[in-house]
Amino acid sequence: MEVTTFSEREQQENELLQKNILVTSIDAVLNWARSNSLWPLSSGLACCAIEMMSSAAGRFDLSRFGYEVFRASPRQADLLIVAGTLTWAMAGPLKRLYEQMPEPKYVIAMGSCANTGGPFADSYSVVPGVDQILPVDVYIPGCPPRPEALIHGMLELKRKIQDPNVARKTL
Amino acid sequence: MQEVTGLYVIAEMLRDILGHYLPAQYVDISMSLINIGVIFGIISMTAVVLVYGERKVSAFMQSRSGPNRVGPYGLLQTIADMFKLMSKEDIMPAGADKWMWILAPMILFIPAAAAYAVFPFDNQAVFADLNIGIFYFIAVSSQAVLPFLMAGWASNNKYALIGGMRTVAQMLSYEVPMVLSILGVVMMVGSMRMSDIVAAQQNVWFIVLQPIAFVVYVITATAEINRAPFDLVEGESEIVAGPFTEYTGMRFALFFLAEYANLFAVSAIATTLFLGGWHGPWLPGWVWFFLKVAGMVFLFMWFRWTFPRLRIDQLMALGWKVLLPLALVNVVITGVGMYIYQLLS
Repeated sequence: MEVTTFSEREQQENELLQKNILVTSIDAVLNWARSNSLWPLSSGLACCAIEMMSSAAGRFDLSRFGYEVFRASPRQADLLIVAGTLTWAMAGPLKRLYEQMPEPKYVIAMGSCANTGGPFADSYSVVPGVDQILPVDVYIPGCPPRPEALIHGMLELKRKIQDPNVARKTL
Repeated sequence: MQEVTGLYVIAEMLRDILGHYLPAQYVDISMSLINIGVIFGIISMTAVVLVYGERKVSAFMQSRSGPNRVGPYGLLQTIADMFKLMSKEDIMPAGADKWMWILAPMILFIPAAAAYAVFPFDNQAVFADLNIGIFYFIAVSSQAVLPFLMAGWASNNKYALIGGMRTVAQMLSYEVPMVLSILGVVMMVGSMRMSDIVAAQQNVWFIVLQPIAFVVYVITATAEINRAPFDLVEGESEIVAGPFTEYTGMRFALFFLAEYANLFAVSAIATTLFLGGWHGPWLPGWVWFFLKVAGMVFLFMWFRWTFPRLRIDQLMALGWKVLLPLALVNVVITGVGMYIYQLLS
């Protein structure tokens, strides 16, 4: 399966953006709804997935924020948590899963491998950062990140959805 | 107390008020429109309340705290989910059978809503007190098989098709013991009218006289509404999401709505048939009705979060080899018991 890199994809999207978007006050309500009901896709790639499962379990309880609805079908998911090492062999299926999700959709890169390739950055078989193929919204560092870190990442994503300017501050 | 707060009295008062402003035939029409509106209100509220309840109960079962950040005690969580589902992109798979695919979630909602017509919410508060009330409920609710198969077939997805096929097998085979378990109650009352069934339980609830029927009913009802431990239809670890696999946003939400409407419906039937309907001391009838329904709903949620999922062959074996003979035995015992009772009295 051919994998388009993120920069190519961004170019295509910018062309679409030229045609512009209607923005009204209903956005505030929808953003509130979207940010408070992120249903993650239940997909785990490597050891980070164990931490992801643990964050949904009793001790850390992701459900407090309403994010515990892990959907098995990408058609009903809003959030793709790339939890673990992404190999080039898996890049195609993951990309396809992302494309099967309905808009608006978000991506969290969880752990060093997903962020930059981690210890396998120079490997022939590992994608050096999922942002090569997917538009990542939040990067969570750690090897693996603790469940608190994942929850923090999802809350940062919530902040970003409610006010996109938060993410642009550093520019 | 019953006289002032009963739903029937409230309806009469409303009828009086409307009578001042409208001619008589319009009053009837507007009253039935109000009834329909109230029933639809109940259906949509059950989905919102029960989803929240489900998440809280699951949290309670797993010693978590459940949704508590969105709104006070997390009460707005379902509202947020609803708005989000409404605003999601609507994807239709390329090879889908367009009309069947679109119609399936809508058609699923019809039997779920139609079943509410015969529920006795309070003394005399039944939308249509049919003389075949319970038969009507069984007939209407078993129509829910078809939209599941439609959704599974039309999605052009192998998981959806397997899910649809499983639904048909499961719902058809559990329909039989369910009907037979209800038969015991109908034999004792001698009528299928809902208000007669409730009236017959004024002194003693049928759960006392028909314990086997109650157990069989609860198990088969769990299978009828496709909830764990019988949620093979939507077995996430095997077939992604069954017939719902390809549905996004609002269409998926309609399936969800129908699922919770059905959960409320089977709980209401259990209340009416076995738990004395709206009978109860001190409180108004409809409060008792909703309390008992809430208790039954909690029981179904308890099942869901404590039992593991059955395999499809175990499910069939349980239905045909255990529940069906049990229900038949119950019918025989009921008949013999009634005969002896008649001889003695």
